[in-house]
Amino acid sequence: MNSIRTRLFVILLATTGAVWLFAAAWIYASTQAEVERVLDARLMEAARMVSSLITDHRIDPVAAVDAATANAPPPPFEEAGDSYSRQLSCQIWSLQGSLVSRSESAPATSLASHMNGFEETEIDGERWRVYAVVNPSLGVRVLVGDSLEIRERLIGDVIKGLLLPGIAILPILAALIWLSVGRGLAPLTRIAEGLAGRSASELHPVDDGSVPREVRPVILALNSLFGRVAEARDRERSFTAYAAHELKTPLAGLKTQAQIALRTDDQKVQRDALSHISTSVDRTSRMVRQLIDLATVDASQGVATDEPVDIAALLGEVAAELETQLAVNDAHVAVELGDQAQRPAVLRIDRVLLRLAIRNLLENAIQHSPKGGEVRCRVTVRRNEVVVEILDEGPGIPQAEEKRATERFYRGSKVHGHGSGLGLSIVQMALDRLGGSLAFDRGGRWFTARVSFPLL
Amino acid sequence: MRLLVVEDDEILLDGLKVGLQMCGFTVDTVTSVADAQAAVHADTFDAIILDLMLPDGSGLDVLARMRRSGDRTPVLLLTAKDEVADRIAGLDCGADDYLGKPFDLDEVAARLRAIVRRAHGRAIGHLEWNDMVLDPARMSALRDGTAVALSRREFAILQALMEAPGVIQSKTSLEQKLYGWQEEVESNTVEVHIHKLRSKLGASFIETVRGAGYRLRAVP
Repeated sequence: MNSIRTRLFVILLATTGAVWLFAAAWIYASTQAEVERVLDARLMEAARMVSSLITDHRIDPVAAVDAATANAPPPPFEEAGDSYSRQLSCQIWSLQGSLVSRSESAPATSLASHMNGFEETEIDGERWRVYAVVNPSLGVRVLVGDSLEIRERLIGDVIKGLLLPGIAILPILAALIWLSVGRGLAPLTRIAEGLAGRSASELHPVDDGSVPREVRPVILALNSLFGRVAEARDRERSFTAYAAHELKTPLAGLKTQAQIALRTDDQKVQRDALSHISTSVDRTSRMVRQLIDLATVDASQGVATDEPVDIAALLGEVAAELETQLAVNDAHVAVELGDQAQRPAVLRIDRVLLRLAIRNLLENAIQHSPKGGEVRCRVTVRRNEVVVEILDEGPGIPQAEEKRATERFYRGSKVHGHGSGLGLSIVQMALDRLGGSLAFDRGGRWFTARVSFPLL
Repeated sequence: MRLLVVEDDEILLDGLKVGLQMCGFTVDTVTSVADAQAAVHADTFDAIILDLMLPDGSGLDVLARMRRSGDRTPVLLLTAKDEVADRIAGLDCGADDYLGKPFDLDEVAARLRAIVRRAHGRAIGHLEWNDMVLDPARMSALRDGTAVALSRREFAILQALMEAPGVIQSKTSLEQKLYGWQEEVESNTVEVHIHKLRSKLGASFIETVRGAGYRLRAVP
């Protein structure tokens, strides 16, 4: 049942119906008890009345017996036409067991065999509740009976009078519930309409002041989602703007330098311009490669393919690949293997992403190394993690800028290198995907970038 | 004409400096918002080339602050963002012109001359004074239809005088138009160039106002 309206409708209708039925059952029970009590009292009273009448000799039972009319029913009363009339039947039996007299509605056979009190009997398929009282002075027994069927009809009629209007009202009640639930849910519809009418760029929060308390958590969650989406969109936008700047600026430099080289007659100016062009092409191509790396990491979401990777071997491989860069900066890379002998550092991990992370870290270390400096890579396998450390002798990242260092295009305030500001953000993104973490450490001669992967 | 170029990419900065010098401008360079603000505060420039994305902020901050303090130096914005909204924001902020990267050196020079010209209230590209015609775009000087050969600095001094004829230009303000920060100013250099100009154009062409500076003589 996916509609709240239907759901509420069914629940409300079912509970209303159940309450109604329960009430009817209760009324049935209490009516029955009450009717029983009242009619029993009447039976008792009637029996005693008959008994006292014959004791006063207003009726002579012996004469009546002599008249031998006992077996013939007394002349009928005027029919009242009411279904509840002739409810009571009365018999007077001598203690010897002969019928002295009976009322018009009473059967000819004995209503009951007991001497005193109440009893329920069945005579000719008809059920009776009979009260007996013995009149010892006359030697007769008076029986007054009530047809149970009539009693039940009485109770049934009371319940019917209760249930029939209920059944008639039920459809009206159902319609009212349906409409009320609809009205109750109107704020939801209003919010839905407001949201449906929005364009993709309208990410302002829904006003949570006017929404019902029950919907508030949903609206708050929705607003928080809107906030995150808007943030991501802004990030995307500023990324595009930055990327445009970062790519178009070197292009502008290239073009300007080329124009200078073309129109100058001064050989030195021309040589300078050409060397600037060459440098700019190198930097720009690194920048382009990093943008592609970034796209690779971005695209890797959810499609990472894990395989066993020997970390130390990968480090050596990347170091070899960066050798040309080493030649420029004259830095030396040493790969240390920690306690590799006991336990080789092999991780089940996405090789491409790990390689990107390590390559960018190593590149940074080399780039910021002083001329002829040393870069150390260290792999340590601990009980619950594998740690890769890359140490360099460069100035490192100031503590205050650590947080911003992994932002895209953030270049640090006092950096003399020519980075794109993308390297660390690639590292961070790749590590996020790989479940690793990045930390920096400075002490003495070394600046350390530490990557740790938890061992499961 | 003296320019300030604000750009953080050193290769582009070098290209603009060398290229615009070749076009006859005197060029000073800074690489950050802070340095740019210090420079416009301390010095006077004929025009400013301003990059929008700088490491410590936006070029628009420099521009907005200049305009707030009443500095009306013409500004040419350079930017990689070439969405219309960005251009509008730049122009509304008080920029005189807008150029998207990458650009042509000649176009930068032409636009600079145009915004400087407009700042002086002129619509046409060349300067005229009696029978003298100066074309900054071609760096050519014609006297009575005959070309006069002028050095870069002689041309710059003559241009400064002809841009505001009748106004006295002090020796210092002329020096500023000739030399950037890194260039050593030789003493008497303005006098030397004035002397050379007088020998090429006639002794009475430029008048010395004692203790104040130089101006063009109303009736030579």
